[in-house]
Amino acid sequence: MRKVFHLKSILLKKKLCGFLFTALLTMAVLGGCADGTGESSGDNSSVESGAGSQDSGSAQESTDAAQDGDTSAEESTSEESAAEADQAGQGTSDVTYGGSIVVGIQQDIDSLDPHKATAAGTKEILFNIFEGLVKPDENGNLINAVASDYTISEDGLVYTFTLREGVKFHNGNAVTAEDVKYSLERVSGLLDGTPLISTLSTIQAVDIIDEQTVQVTVGSANTELIYSFVAAIIPAGSGEAEGADPVGTGPFSYVSYEPLKGITMAKNPDYWQEGLPYLDSVEFKIMGDGDTSLMELQGGTVDFYAYLTDSQAQALKDSHQVISSPTNMVQALFLNNAVEPLNDVRVRQAISYALDKDEINGFVGGGNGTLISSAMLPTLKEYYVDLNDTYGSTANVEKAKELMADAGYGDGFDMEIAIVSTYPFHMQTGEVIVEQLKNIGINATIKGMENGTWLDEVYNGRQFDATITALTCDMTPGYLMNRFQTDSKKNFINFQSAAYDENYAKAQAALDPEEKAGYYKELQKILCDEAGSVFIQAPANMTAISKRLAGYKFYPVYVQDMSTVYIVE
Amino acid sequence: MGLFRKKRAGYKGCHFTGVAGFHAGREAAGMKKRNGKKWNKYLYAGIVMTGIAVVLGVLGFFWTPYSTTAMSAAEKFSGPSLRHPFGTDNFGRDIFSRVMQGLGTTMVISSLVVFCSGLAGILLGAVTGYFGGILDEAVMRITDALNGFPSILLTLVIISLLGTGRQNVIISMSLVFTPSFVRIVRGEFIRLRDADYIKRARMMEVGKFRILFVHILPNIFSVFWVSVMIGFNNAILAESGMSYLGIGVQPPDASLGNMLSDAQGYLQSAPWCALVPGLTIVWLVLGFSLFSEGIRRQGAFDSGQ
Repeated sequence: MRKVFHLKSILLKKKLCGFLFTALLTMAVLGGCADGTGESSGDNSSVESGAGSQDSGSAQESTDAAQDGDTSAEESTSEESAAEADQAGQGTSDVTYGGSIVVGIQQDIDSLDPHKATAAGTKEILFNIFEGLVKPDENGNLINAVASDYTISEDGLVYTFTLREGVKFHNGNAVTAEDVKYSLERVSGLLDGTPLISTLSTIQAVDIIDEQTVQVTVGSANTELIYSFVAAIIPAGSGEAEGADPVGTGPFSYVSYEPLKGITMAKNPDYWQEGLPYLDSVEFKIMGDGDTSLMELQGGTVDFYAYLTDSQAQALKDSHQVISSPTNMVQALFLNNAVEPLNDVRVRQAISYALDKDEINGFVGGGNGTLISSAMLPTLKEYYVDLNDTYGSTANVEKAKELMADAGYGDGFDMEIAIVSTYPFHMQTGEVIVEQLKNIGINATIKGMENGTWLDEVYNGRQFDATITALTCDMTPGYLMNRFQTDSKKNFINFQSAAYDENYAKAQAALDPEEKAGYYKELQKILCDEAGSVFIQAPANMTAISKRLAGYKFYPVYVQDMSTVYIVE
Repeated sequence: MGLFRKKRAGYKGCHFTGVAGFHAGREAAGMKKRNGKKWNKYLYAGIVMTGIAVVLGVLGFFWTPYSTTAMSAAEKFSGPSLRHPFGTDNFGRDIFSRVMQGLGTTMVISSLVVFCSGLAGILLGAVTGYFGGILDEAVMRITDALNGFPSILLTLVIISLLGTGRQNVIISMSLVFTPSFVRIVRGEFIRLRDADYIKRARMMEVGKFRILFVHILPNIFSVFWVSVMIGFNNAILAESGMSYLGIGVQPPDASLGNMLSDAQGYLQSAPWCALVPGLTIVWLVLGFSLFSEGIRRQGAFDSGQ
């Protein structure tokens, strides 16, 4: 009798345990499912729609970290950035040579051929292997690379490049005018009719003047074209072979590549910049998701990783150098200017006044983002104009309500905000915005959607009220401004302003840099005053660097330059 | 590695397979008499656990200690305390209030799903089970086909056609849950359609509708209720899973699933953000499992008397 009872109670316990276990398993599954779906941000390429979030990655930079610390005025991280600027900037003292490091990257490489690679995540790595006639420096300016000098004719149609003496490819051959001609003809489509870099398709002819001089003739004058000459110079006739065994002139030479694992590079001993690079080899290792990289950083198997979320950065701030820098992205609450009631400029301005950008930045970006009020990156210093005073960085509810009442929407209205649900950065921004809009009576709801649907409905279909996303920008100021012209195909917010169109045309035609910058500043002002959309911030990017490294330079464009990094013991 | 294996094993369990396997062990009543009365531990434990959850959830519709959406930068990530018993999240929102709201949301969605799929199950199951024939074949092949897909995948497909949001979640989950109810009900109708009292009813020319829903239906309820409970449990898990994946309840509205998903970035720095909604799901599911087990044993015990 007793035994039977005992058995029963064991059975009972077993059942109970079974239930508990199943429940736990189910939780584990809930966790497991996300690995597949949640982080599928693999393609954060420069495709402008690919909304960027902190964790979807974007290697960006500030020209100097200290200044960034000031502007974003927030607790711990600003100190760190300041301290870092000293160390990272002018590491003069204990520069050591040799050693190797592992750099974590977010996604696989789309092509090793520098002219065919389109993903921003690939270009940032290939920057170490290839160079163009010119290349960007850490201040966002162009410096001469394979060319030692260049001149542009008065009418802007003829570019004359003088090649640098003694530049060698990784295979040991010197760079000749033939190689330059071949490379430029390949990217411009003169070789086989298909331009590989669209901006350079304007090239009409590439002529060799003498052994060290190449002359390029273009179809129309454009002062921003020179930025496109960062296109890699590759050996003449290498063509498709470049994709299998890339040969360039950069500080590191290609060693090996394994799909889904990574790419290894070795020091180029013949590099034309005296004394660079310091490291013997660099391995770029492809990380799974954000949590893997956190563990690898903590375990010391990765020395460098650039796409941390704010919470990961917090976890690493004692063990690593954690540096925050602005990305080359513009995050905004984009408003569809063609739908009621957002077609009323007063309503759009009211929304601009109602948003508390400081609060958004504090909640979502850990206070590290740089607030903006128009579609220009603060890092494009010559063109950027600070318009944050127009609507203020905190909420002005009184003013907003006044404008709403003026427009006849004193009682508010309903609005739907479309957001790609796999980008937590934008989703969280959305949650804060919904709360802030309640203050002026706007009943906003979030509509989470999948990236493909978002592209179809919102970005291309323009069927939306409002959306939150980030647009990526390159070094040219026209890149983002271009899309807000009334009849631009990419003008998904249906912004309409004759003054804007006129100024944009003038900005494109202007040859004098001062004059051009003036037009761009005017464009930003129009976009801001008309409240085309509510521009929020250039999100910060958090980079963790092992304490044994120094010398890393942050660029205002999407590159990871390893040539100046060295090991301090 | 161990964790990985758990996930895989769990994945199979992730299919919201509804009610399979509850027929087993009808004979084991598993309760003893105390003071001459039946004492059913499962039932009481289940009632207590579910009761607490239901009370909190229903209360959450009318009143929560704090607003579920009001943000406060000053109270971001504060740990459990007297002021905030379950702490606050990354926006400084009170997690206890959000759990209350989330419980309510989850239970309403799950109830509606079970109601819709249960109703469809009864109608289809009764007709196919009682009459058989071509209709039976057709419906059964369709349910087979639906069962052939992993149900999470099927729900995702339906959601991608309909779009995200509360109603669409209810619709898609109801569709996915219907086959298991159809099977249960059909099985019972087949068992009872040739019972003597039904044969006699037929001889007395009682209307078919009356036979189906007045004579047979009340007799399958003990089986049906258990499957409703299990279905309810699966619906809770499915709803949480879908909100977790961002296709269910949209923020800033709270649901247990989207709270979990928001919290996963702060597992190390603020573990309570993930633990509280996670344990709440466990509590809810465990409560309903015990409850349904209790009902089943009660039924077996009663009929065994």
